[in-house]
Order: sequence, then C-alpha cells, then structure tokens
Amino acid sequence: MKSFSEIETTSKRASRAVGFSWGIAEEVGKSVRLLELFGFPGIKNLNQYYQNKKKENYENIKLINQTNRSNKKLYCPITLGVSFLDQIKKIESFEKCSFQGIAYPILLLPFLSRCSEIIGKKILFEFEQNKFLLNFNISISFNNFQKELPATANNIEIKFLENKDNFSDLDWKNLYKLSEDTFVEETDSLKKGAAGAGLTDND
Amino acid sequence: MKVELRDPNTIMTLSRLGSFHQSRLSFLRSFLYEFKDWEYKRDLFDLDEYGFGTAVYSFKKKNRVYSLVCFANKINDDERSDRVIATKWDAAFTLHDGVPLKGDIERLRNEVPKQEVGRLSYKELTLSRANKSVRIFDHVVESLSKGIQPNIDLLEKVGYLYRTTAVYGSGKFGLADRFRIKNREEINGPFRLEMMLVYLVRQFTFDQVNHVAKNKNPKFAVKLDPKICKNLGIGNSTGLGMAPFIVNHPTLLNNWILCRETALKKIREIKIVEDKDSNLFKDCVRNSVKNITSWNTESEYQLIKIKNLLKDVKKFINFVENEFDFKKDYPFNLIYLWLEKEACEECIEYIVSIMMEPYGEIVDPLIKKMSSDEEKYFNIPTDRTVEELRAILEKNYSNILSINFEKKENYTKFWFISKNKEEPRLADRFEEEGSNLEQPLAIARDIKELYKKILVTKNSLTMDKFLVENSHLRHVVRRAFIIEKFPYSEIQDNTISEKIVPIDMLRLKLSFFGALKFDPRSDKWLRICMFQGAPLPDELKHYDEQWVYNKH
Repeated sequence: MKSFSEIETTSKRASRAVGFSWGIAEEVGKSVRLLELFGFPGIKNLNQYYQNKKKENYENIKLINQTNRSNKKLYCPITLGVSFLDQIKKIESFEKCSFQGIAYPILLLPFLSRCSEIIGKKILFEFEQNKFLLNFNISISFNNFQKELPATANNIEIKFLENKDNFSDLDWKNLYKLSEDTFVEETDSLKKGAAGAGLTDND
Repeated sequence: MKVELRDPNTIMTLSRLGSFHQSRLSFLRSFLYEFKDWEYKRDLFDLDEYGFGTAVYSFKKKNRVYSLVCFANKINDDERSDRVIATKWDAAFTLHDGVPLKGDIERLRNEVPKQEVGRLSYKELTLSRANKSVRIFDHVVESLSKGIQPNIDLLEKVGYLYRTTAVYGSGKFGLADRFRIKNREEINGPFRLEMMLVYLVRQFTFDQVNHVAKNKNPKFAVKLDPKICKNLGIGNSTGLGMAPFIVNHPTLLNNWILCRETALKKIREIKIVEDKDSNLFKDCVRNSVKNITSWNTESEYQLIKIKNLLKDVKKFINFVENEFDFKKDYPFNLIYLWLEKEACEECIEYIVSIMMEPYGEIVDPLIKKMSSDEEKYFNIPTDRTVEELRAILEKNYSNILSINFEKKENYTKFWFISKNKEEPRLADRFEEEGSNLEQPLAIARDIKELYKKILVTKNSLTMDKFLVENSHLRHVVRRAFIIEKFPYSEIQDNTISEKIVPIDMLRLKLSFFGALKFDPRSDKWLRICMFQGAPLPDELKHYDEQWVYNKH
C-alpha cells in the first residue's frame, strides 16, 4: 500500500511535470491525498487526466461566475479547483453556481471539500446522477459508491447549504427531554450558594 | 525586565543556523527523557557465530510496544558504501508498531534489507541501515576475544561501531503516515521514533560485537566494558537529502527555533540566579571543553570553526570565573550581552545551549510545542490585498530583499532531484544540465521576484485576483502569509548563491537532533555522532541529565 505522503509527493511532482507551477502542484498534491483519504480514486483520475492532457487542450477558467459555460473545450478541473479555492468567499454569495463541461470532475471534489471548511458551510456537488455532500472537509457523503465516475461531466451544479439543523424540532425536543433525566433538582439552600447569589446585580 | 526575542534576520542566516549546537531541547535528549520509564527488552537475538541474523529489541509501557527489528547481513568489503546509492549494508533496521509476529519478521526480512526499493507497511514506523566502522569493529572483536578491553584512544577518535546512512520515517516507502500516530502522547515531539530507532541500534551494535567476540574465543572472551559502551554512539553520514526538509516545513522550522529563542529569552529574564543553577551552568561549560578538544575532523572549514570556538569558550570561562558575578541581577542577560560583543557565532550558540541546562522547568514544557501541523496553515488567505502582502515582505524579508539577483554569483546554484536515487542535489546552473527542472527551494530569489511584481501592482488588488495572473509565484505567496504568523519559518539567506555552504542547513537540523562532533567531509555532506555518552538502556530509569557534558 502506498502511504498518503507518497501519494502527495508523487502527485505534486507529476503536476509540475505536466506544466503547472510549483504552487499549483502543491495544491494538487494536497487535494489528491485528500481524495484518497476519503476513499475516492484520486490517483487513477489524476493519471488519466494527465495522460489525456498531453493530447487534448482544456480550458483554464480564471474568474468564476454564477453560470459558467466553456468554449467548446472542457474545463481543466485543476485550474477550476484552485480558482474555486481562491475565490470561494466571493462565490459563496451566489448560493449556487453551475458549469457546463468539466473534465474528470472528481478531481474538483477535494478543492470543494476544502472550500466547505473555509466558509463553514456544507456544499452539495452534483453532476449527472452523482451527488456529493461535503461536510466541512471532515467527511463526504456520496450517493453511489459502487458506480464508476465519468471522465467528463456536462452539467455540474454546486450549492452552498445554509447552516441549519438536520433534524426536526420534535426530534430535538424529545431527545432533550430524555437528557433531562440526568439532572438533579436543586434545594433552596443550594440555590442560595450558587454563583452570583447574594450579590446586587446593579453594583 | 522584558527581553525581546532575537531578530529572525540575525538568527535565521545560514552561518548562524550552521553554528547551532545540541541542547536540552534536542530530540535525542527529549526521547530519552520521555522513554526513561518504559520497559526495555531484548526479545530475540538469533545471530550466527559471525554476527549475522535477526534480533528484536523493544520498549513497552502498558499496552504500547515499539519493536526494533534488526537484520545483520554478510557483505563484501567492496560492497560497503556510505553513499545513498549503495544497495547493501552490514545491517538494516525497522521500528515496528507493536510486537512483530513470525509472519511480520519474514515479510520484513524480504523488504528491510532492500531499503529504498523494498516496501514497508503502515505497521512500520521508521527504516534505516548502517555500516560497520570495520577498523573499529574488528579491533573491538579482536581485543575482547583475547580477554582484553579495546584501545580507548582509538575508539574515542571514531566514537562508534556502526554508522547509519539514512533514517526514514513519515510515510516513506510505505511506512506509516504521521497522522496515524501523531496523537500518541509519548511521541509528541519531532523525530522521536527516529531517535528510538538509532538508540536501539546502538545497543544492537554492542550486543553484536560481544556475541562475535564470544564465538571467536568462547573460553577467554570478555564483554565490552559498559563504561566504554556508554562513550560510544552511532555515527551517521548525512548528505543533502536533509536540506530541503527545513525549507519544505516552514511552521515546523519556526517552532523549533521559536522554542529555542523562547527558552533563551526566559533565562535572560531571570533576575536572581540560585547558586546551584550557576554552578551547574559553569560545570557544564567547563566539562564541555572535552567535547571540543576531542572533536576530530579533517575539514579545514570545521577546523577553523572549532579553533575559534575553543578560543572563545576558554575566554568565556575566564570571564565567568574571574570577572563575572552571578549575584548581579539578570546575570544570564549580562552573559548573553557579553557573548554578543566578545564571541564568535559558534561560541554564542554553544553557550546559549548550555544556558538551558539548569532550567528544565523552562525548557522541558517547550518540547511539546516543537511539533507542527503544517496543513493548518496551507491555505492562502485570498481576501488579503497586495498592500498587506507588501508590508509582510518588507517586514519579514529585509535581508533577502537586499540581494541583487541580477548578479550571476547570487543565482549560480540550483537544487534538483536526482533521477537515479530520487535524492536532492545541488549543482551549478552554468555548468550542469537540468536547471529547467529546478526544485522550489530558491525561496530568496522567488520572494524577491514576488516583491518586484507587487511593487507594480495595484495596492487594493486581492490575492485571488493577483494569483490569476501570477500563478508561478503562488508557492511564495503562501510562504509570505505563513511567515506573518511564524517569524522563524524562513531561512533569511540565499540558498542558491555561489558561496552557499549547504552543510549549514544540515547542521541546523542535526543540532536539533542532538548530534555531536560535526565532521564535514565536503561542503555537501558530513559525519556526526549520536548518543555518545548517553545512558545505556538499563540505566535509563536514573540517569544524569547532563550526560552530554559529563562523559568519562
């Protein structure tokens, strides 16, 4: 088994070898390490992408808008990922954004995962039938682990989810009520000695 | 009185970093302190009469066990090489997490002797190999087998029976990644498991030499006197492989230096020094002279440094014993100010290390702060502006910004990774091929380029936009925002100048390891000794913490 340190170093060096700057190569190393750590095929997709990159041209996105359509060529997932990371605080205000035509979309996943941590919001990443819920760069939920991921995605949507509870008020109330069974009723004499007791609050 | 931390522009120059010495903060000393209460055991010692075979040593506490698995092999004299390109060694080692099962030992027997071309697993933590100092090893075997102890003068000149040529950890060749073990309290300090490996290897070398002597002459052989063992360490040949590490781990480098600087600051701020502490300090300085006079090297460069060090340490001893009064307020501050005025860089840092000896209560808590989680500081704050970046560069890189990179002598060298051994190398860009594949280790040059660029860029531009057009500077933009929080994270010098002495970079790291007797064999590699004078495993429970200075 390859260690994650080997995965990061090799991905970084390979990225430099295909022409990315050292700074971008460092980002790719970290991101592929993260993909593999979460159990996604990072090395496989990066390798395939770099093999294809020699033959095909991909479009480098610079500034990300709410709707992004590539000009015939597919978007490079690396430059898109790095731009996303750099511009996330502005993109976040879109609430959602969409892209048409990304090569190896799985390679975008770790960049989005890191974005989720930066903005402190969950991100929903969808393309074709695949849905990924990115949870603050701590975990990723995926709707179909058995499925082979596509080399290209035509319609991609990224949503920034507002921080809200994942459960109903009733669920919470019932559970809280149960938790109250660990509390002890205080006597009057104990109440008198508690913090702040006996002081004038207007002093 | 409040003493300021020393200026990174002074401390982080290569010549100053290359003058650092071991101290209480050094990793091999903190390793011994942490593991002194652990149960040491030799679990397996299956060597043939010539000393070839397998051995296992362990440290155990509660349910945690670390086992050193050793494979000693026969090699021909013409196969023995300390160079990283070697493919065979007298012995190969790995530190296994837990108790190795029979299947593990068989697996490791196939892989560990192959070193870089073998594959380890997440169950192994560190990997190393070592070669005998044949002259010394044979002399010791010969003497012991005749029933006599070896020639101490000869042993002192070398200082070890074996020298390692690399110690690998943190995910190399399939070894466990650091994240798997980083929360273990006992290894909450850098390179602790590498230190454990070297320490246990040292014991293996003593056991092996005794074993071979005994088999050579079972009737008359004697064991190597434990006092002699104690004064032997493990040698190490270190080349450029180590140099990029300190550039590639900026926050870690900061934490090492910051802990050293914090310790010095707190010691200088002590108003009244107790007699027991000043006496311990003076004893250590006096005793340490032995370490200087027994420091052997043929390197002209190091000989001059040693000569100056010895001269200044003697001058310092004379000052402290005849002119200085420890009853004055803030005596260590006065001593430090005297050093700045009167002593060479090598001597300043030497005495700074010794100042820490009496102050375990100041120094020891800092050890836990010497690790770092580099990942936390990796993201670039892209909402910051060009104006802010310029202020950071001007504040933190003033030495570097004054270098003229138009001059050939300031960019003569380049760092690259060798194809044959995947190891870092340094070459002259005007004489050698390959500078187009240069590694990102010319931080000074790239910072200067970044600075020139931002001088002609709109102040209010934010980093996300700046990086769109300047992707080639991304790696130094990241570093600039790191140094803003971590002032000692950067070498404040030019790592590609014609005059660079790369062993200064190695020396910095090796001093934090706790190495002694730096012996440069060229400007690109050196030999050192580790654990010389250190307690033996059966002495660990009650050992003299100042063993480095109190060798016999």
